[in-house]
Amino acid sequence: MAILKEKELKEKTKEIRRSIISMLAKAGSGHSAGALGQVELYTILYKEVLKHNPKKPLDPNRDFCIVSNGHTCPVLYATLADNGYFPKKELLTLRKLGSRLQGHPHKGLLPGVEHSGGPLGQGISFAVGLAASLRRDKKTNKVYCFVGDGELEEGQCWEALLFAAKEKLSNFILIVDRNYIQIDGSTTQVLHLDPLDKKCEAFGFHTISLDGNNPQDIRKAYKSALQEKKRPTVLIARTIPGKGVSFMENKVEWHGKAPTKEEAEKALEELE
Amino acid sequence: MKEKNNTSRAEKLFAKTEGENLKEVQGLGFFPVSSLGLIRSGFGKGICEAATTNKNIVALTADLRDSLKLGEFAKEFPERYFEAGICEQNMLSAAAGMTLNNKVPFVTSYAVFNPGRNWDQLRVSVCYSNCNVKIIGGHAGLGTGPDGATHQALEDMAITRVLPNLTVIVPCDEEEARQATLAAAAYKGPVYLRLSREKSLHILTKKDTFQIGKIQVLERGKDITIIACGLALQFALKASLELRKKGISAEVLNCSTIKPFDEKTVLKSLAKTRCVVSVEEHQIAGGLGSVLAETLSQKLPLPLERVGVNDSFGESGEGYELLEKYGISTANIVKAAKKVLKRAGKKASK
Repeated sequence: MAILKEKELKEKTKEIRRSIISMLAKAGSGHSAGALGQVELYTILYKEVLKHNPKKPLDPNRDFCIVSNGHTCPVLYATLADNGYFPKKELLTLRKLGSRLQGHPHKGLLPGVEHSGGPLGQGISFAVGLAASLRRDKKTNKVYCFVGDGELEEGQCWEALLFAAKEKLSNFILIVDRNYIQIDGSTTQVLHLDPLDKKCEAFGFHTISLDGNNPQDIRKAYKSALQEKKRPTVLIARTIPGKGVSFMENKVEWHGKAPTKEEAEKALEELE
Repeated sequence: MKEKNNTSRAEKLFAKTEGENLKEVQGLGFFPVSSLGLIRSGFGKGICEAATTNKNIVALTADLRDSLKLGEFAKEFPERYFEAGICEQNMLSAAAGMTLNNKVPFVTSYAVFNPGRNWDQLRVSVCYSNCNVKIIGGHAGLGTGPDGATHQALEDMAITRVLPNLTVIVPCDEEEARQATLAAAAYKGPVYLRLSREKSLHILTKKDTFQIGKIQVLERGKDITIIACGLALQFALKASLELRKKGISAEVLNCSTIKPFDEKTVLKSLAKTRCVVSVEEHQIAGGLGSVLAETLSQKLPLPLERVGVNDSFGESGEGYELLEKYGISTANIVKAAKKVLKRAGKKASK
């Protein structure tokens, strides 16, 4: 897949962010900060790294993207629509009655959604199980999995890490959205996770810390993950929650809130 | 199933046996060792059989390989066997993930953990996504015995039968467990298989055909229906013989599929007998007795008495000792039968 030019990527990430703002404002509820923070990670993954075919979403040769932090699904939906999995206008049905865009993703309802993510910790296990069975079959598909940093407070995540290391899942790439916020406040105050990199290393992971909003850093990290042949990889991606909208950036209160119509207009102006 | 000669299934099962090497089963009598089998061994045989023809079948366990009779599978199919460690939550979600690679995972542990501890994973990773995962809960019920209440799942039918997309099966003996495992493997969709730890009498034979969602009529009768599942079925059959001595003809149904519930067969039997006793090695709240109460109250309101554990935990003891202490016994079924006959305005003779 071709590498996007700098200007092209910048425009694309702005466009995805505009979609996120518009869909959340129309929905009237949802999670803004995490979705906005992961845009570069998703855009580069779907445009430059992931082997996938929107016309054949169930192609057995595809790579898999499992979204464990299902509450940040607006970024997944916007990315899938942008890649042609379904019409963009459907984004505005988010969280509405009868929509395929559920508040938390529902596997099987919308093309490109591989997992019903919602109860935290389940997606990471789902991804690890998939990667283990692919590896046993000697298949070359990769499994990418997005997980929130607050989500890592769930014990199930650490069960999954143990299993991934045991099964030597070099085909498994875990992306931690390290934005340091969760509903009740800073992750540092709610339940201390650091030193996360040392914990992951101790669990047997090829561990890469990066700036999750910096395209060069992201590309380098994905490349390094794909070169790893023995261990699973974790990308600890430091992201700015609410990235791109000045009044949302690094604000805990935007974790689980959608913009009002006025706020959305202001945000869209900034994203022009 | 009609027997060819006039000896009924219950009569054959409890025919007096003489000779040496007889094993006593508390509350049921003395039996040759060969007439008893492990329900979970039926699962162990079934999964190997299914795996021979379907290469997509894989098995996972949480440090309980031999207890769940997966030793042979692990030996025969090492590449399809996953030791997940004591991580039941990860194990179940991971199995769901394997279905994206077209696997048919059998996920095994004790029922208190699987589906007890990992119920949220069962609800979302498996059922909500309708993933083709088979959940095997071993050591269910009081038959678990000396390990005590922490390890005796008495609520697992209740928490599984409320989940959309999930089929719930409770085999009564080794042969039914074998056939149910094959049926679960062939069925596309999530299935929960509840297995008791204790040995049970060989009630069914290879000539019986297990079908998901079908109740088998084991004894024909006209005065009362007794509906049972799992380990408790033996007591229902024994009770039918006791009732016969009192001139009461009991119809005995083996309800091995709790969900979907075979209303048709039950309503047909009840249209004739007009009263029913349910028997299960489970809380009477939420299990087979509840399914029956829900069905009858809407479709055919008739007197029902429920035999099972009544809102209490178990304790340590031998499996069959516990069944007796907690009321899953022939005497208690006979008592419930007399009560329900009376409520139905029928005369309990003698």
